[in-house]
Amino acid sequence: MIEIILNGKKQVLDVEGDMPILWALRDLGLTGTKYGCGIAQCGACTIHIDGEAVRSCSLPVSALQAGQKITTIEGIAGTVLHPLQQAFIDLDVPQCGYCQSGQLMAAAALLSKNPKPDDALIDQEMTNICRCGTYNRIRAAIKQASAHITQKA
Amino acid sequence: MTTSLPLSRRHFLASATALAGGFQLGFTLAPAQADSPKPELNAWVVIAPDESVTIRIARMEMGQGTLTGLAQLVAEELECDWSKVRTEYPTPGQNLKRNRVWGNFATGGSRGIRDSHDYVRKGGAAARMMLVSAAAKQWGVAESDCTVSKGIVTHKASNRSLSYGQLAQAAALIEPPKDIVLKDPKDWTIAGKPLPRLDTRDKVTGAQLYSMDHTMPGLLHAALKNCPIFGGKLKSYDAKQALTMKGVKKVVTVADKGVAVVADNWWRAQQALETITIVWDEGPNATLSSAAIEATLKQGLEAQDAVIGNQSGDAKAAFASAHQIIEAEYSYPYQHHATMEPMNATVLYTPEKCEAWTSTQNAETALAALAKAAGLPAEQCDIHRMLLGGGFGRRAVSHDYVEQAALIAKQMPGVPVKLIWSREEDMLHGHYHPITRARMKAGLDSQGNVTALHMRISGQSIMASINANAFFAAGRDPSSFQGLNPGGTEGVFGYAIPNLLIDHAIRNPPIPAGYWRGVNNNQNALYLESFIDELAQATGSDPLAFRQKLLAKSPQHLAVLNAVADKAEWHKPAPKGIYRGLAQHMGYGSYVAACAEVSVTGNKIQIHRIVAATNPGHAVNPQQIMAQIEGSFAYGLSALFYGEITLKDGKVEQENFDTYEILRMAQMPKVESIVMPSGGFWGGVGEPTIFVAAPAVLNAIAAATGKRLRTMPIQSHSDLKIS
Repeated sequence: MIEIILNGKKQVLDVEGDMPILWALRDLGLTGTKYGCGIAQCGACTIHIDGEAVRSCSLPVSALQAGQKITTIEGIAGTVLHPLQQAFIDLDVPQCGYCQSGQLMAAAALLSKNPKPDDALIDQEMTNICRCGTYNRIRAAIKQASAHITQKA
Repeated sequence: MTTSLPLSRRHFLASATALAGGFQLGFTLAPAQADSPKPELNAWVVIAPDESVTIRIARMEMGQGTLTGLAQLVAEELECDWSKVRTEYPTPGQNLKRNRVWGNFATGGSRGIRDSHDYVRKGGAAARMMLVSAAAKQWGVAESDCTVSKGIVTHKASNRSLSYGQLAQAAALIEPPKDIVLKDPKDWTIAGKPLPRLDTRDKVTGAQLYSMDHTMPGLLHAALKNCPIFGGKLKSYDAKQALTMKGVKKVVTVADKGVAVVADNWWRAQQALETITIVWDEGPNATLSSAAIEATLKQGLEAQDAVIGNQSGDAKAAFASAHQIIEAEYSYPYQHHATMEPMNATVLYTPEKCEAWTSTQNAETALAALAKAAGLPAEQCDIHRMLLGGGFGRRAVSHDYVEQAALIAKQMPGVPVKLIWSREEDMLHGHYHPITRARMKAGLDSQGNVTALHMRISGQSIMASINANAFFAAGRDPSSFQGLNPGGTEGVFGYAIPNLLIDHAIRNPPIPAGYWRGVNNNQNALYLESFIDELAQATGSDPLAFRQKLLAKSPQHLAVLNAVADKAEWHKPAPKGIYRGLAQHMGYGSYVAACAEVSVTGNKIQIHRIVAATNPGHAVNPQQIMAQIEGSFAYGLSALFYGEITLKDGKVEQENFDTYEILRMAQMPKVESIVMPSGGFWGGVGEPTIFVAAPAVLNAIAAATGKRLRTMPIQSHSDLKIS
């Protein structure tokens, strides 16, 4: 049993230590985080642990430390949508949408560290799989959100 | 998306105008109840007093945008306020009860819109006419003196107006019109416009529910292991340890082929499953390998007997008198759909009723599979349609996952069970893109004109795999000749070659084949467009000019080709180090072409730019068509560089994305789209541009390297890598 901060609120995870975080989160009703491969290849399960993008299908609950902050797709918006979410809407990025939570979480972690990523950095950091092929619109949305964030700063 | 429908059958007389689509369309309505909160004007349109307009969608959204496109078509004729539109999926059970009032639910072959545009627009138009009629009746004026715009009916002479929300209940009582005239597409204001999708917001907040996310009280989770050897069966298993594990409720057999663990959490079920020792009866294919399949297909290239798909003149005689003969052999492998959401379904079974919540491209087929597995009449079953985390054809025909979920749930009556295939299970039990080879042979005269072409395809028929009875009755599989046909709407061979023979030696390895985005157009276009380039090269011709000459009598094929050549500035030399390749094809009713720009440095291929054009006849949502074009290149280039399923000991060798690689962001080229609807016909948009993705890039690689790649995928058969 471990207590963490999940999307800003205290949460006890009372599951086996070897259960991947993905399945513990989904049991809590946070189904925006998706199962895609189970081996940290596709990134559909990406969440943030203390702001770092992590593939939750392959990280056991036992790897968490008490008090760590976990953010899922359900928790990245404040009173308004995250600039990336808004950009994904503005540019009509999602097709089937199944990978998009993971794409957004990966992109949000990228922008929080590098508010103005160039194409090479986007290529390096955005390694999640999208079978519908929304990559070009994801890239454009990252740039739009980047402009929004850096303009505000 | 919920599928709750507000009205029951008693509100309708479900019979009506028989349309060209071959089914009944429910325009004939019984009087709606005066107190009905949400009057249904007909099967397609429900308008509530709060002005919300619910448009029913029969075809399925899986990312391709058909939900928005179909709603645009209905809304266009309805003349409603687009901002008030919401959508709803009727269930196949409701369709069954209402005499198939919504027609076909099948969503494949890029048919979502092109097969249903006529009757869904008529649904919208009929509803508008009834609303206008209701207003005219209330005012005691002629319908022809009323105008309608954005959900408001106005009688200008008396300066009166009423909203659709105010009129809907009265309109529902009006006799539906018999003569419906649809708008000329040039007058469209909602359809034809690049409107944003209706289903985006929930997809970026995590709120969108896929069938993977479906939950209900008391839900249990199942993990399944099916015999990994095609044609094999379950012999015995030992689940002693599994039954002692945390959360495990039951271990069950699934038909005679698999073992499933049911637990309170899917990961626990999967962990328990891994501890079960299973002995398989490996069956007749226990030694089957890719090498054996290749040998069978090579034999087909030499065979005397083959089904003819397109023939004119006498190709064999023309070869005898040809000045020059050019030959080349190509191959295209099995591929997996690899939808991001693995197969899954939730089923609740009781002896009286069986329901499933699942992702399907054809809920009617899914219903049939569910009813069969449940052992109940279809009338006592239903499918609640959930958004698909990708379809690409995998969820179009075989509903093995629904069937298995039902077989498991049947062993736990009253308990809802969600079966999720692990990614490994998903990859081992696909309905794969069929494997084929082709031998291309052309005869040229002394001026370099193509006098004869023989295209011999050898390989698997999808129809034989999914509908063996129909295949054996027909003795052929028409889909094998997609894009190579002499005529028709599906895929016409555009080149004028006086002596032509295209035939198919059918060779069916015991591997399940299925429809896979683009289907047989993928390899047919790759074979043909690569070889056309080879002929251009052999005759010292410019690949564009060579095609233009052969396409002179196929103006629509030519138009898209010219469009990409113009935009890519084919007439100007490419920048230093950049090489171009072209391809064109026609399929699923649409004409497509692409120009690829690549560079090759050492063994690294970089794709700098794709210019792609499509003429789908009518473009219902141009920006969504652009999204489909972009996506089709991701899918098609993933196939070209990586996609390959191989067999060893009767089993698929690839089990997850570490061995079945997918194109990622860093490799995705820039795609410039040209949407050039000519009007006059309705073509599909979800697939067609995938046909030209691989051949355009292959032709550019050949231009860059001087070497022709003929065996796919590139990763397995060349030193070249995409960077």
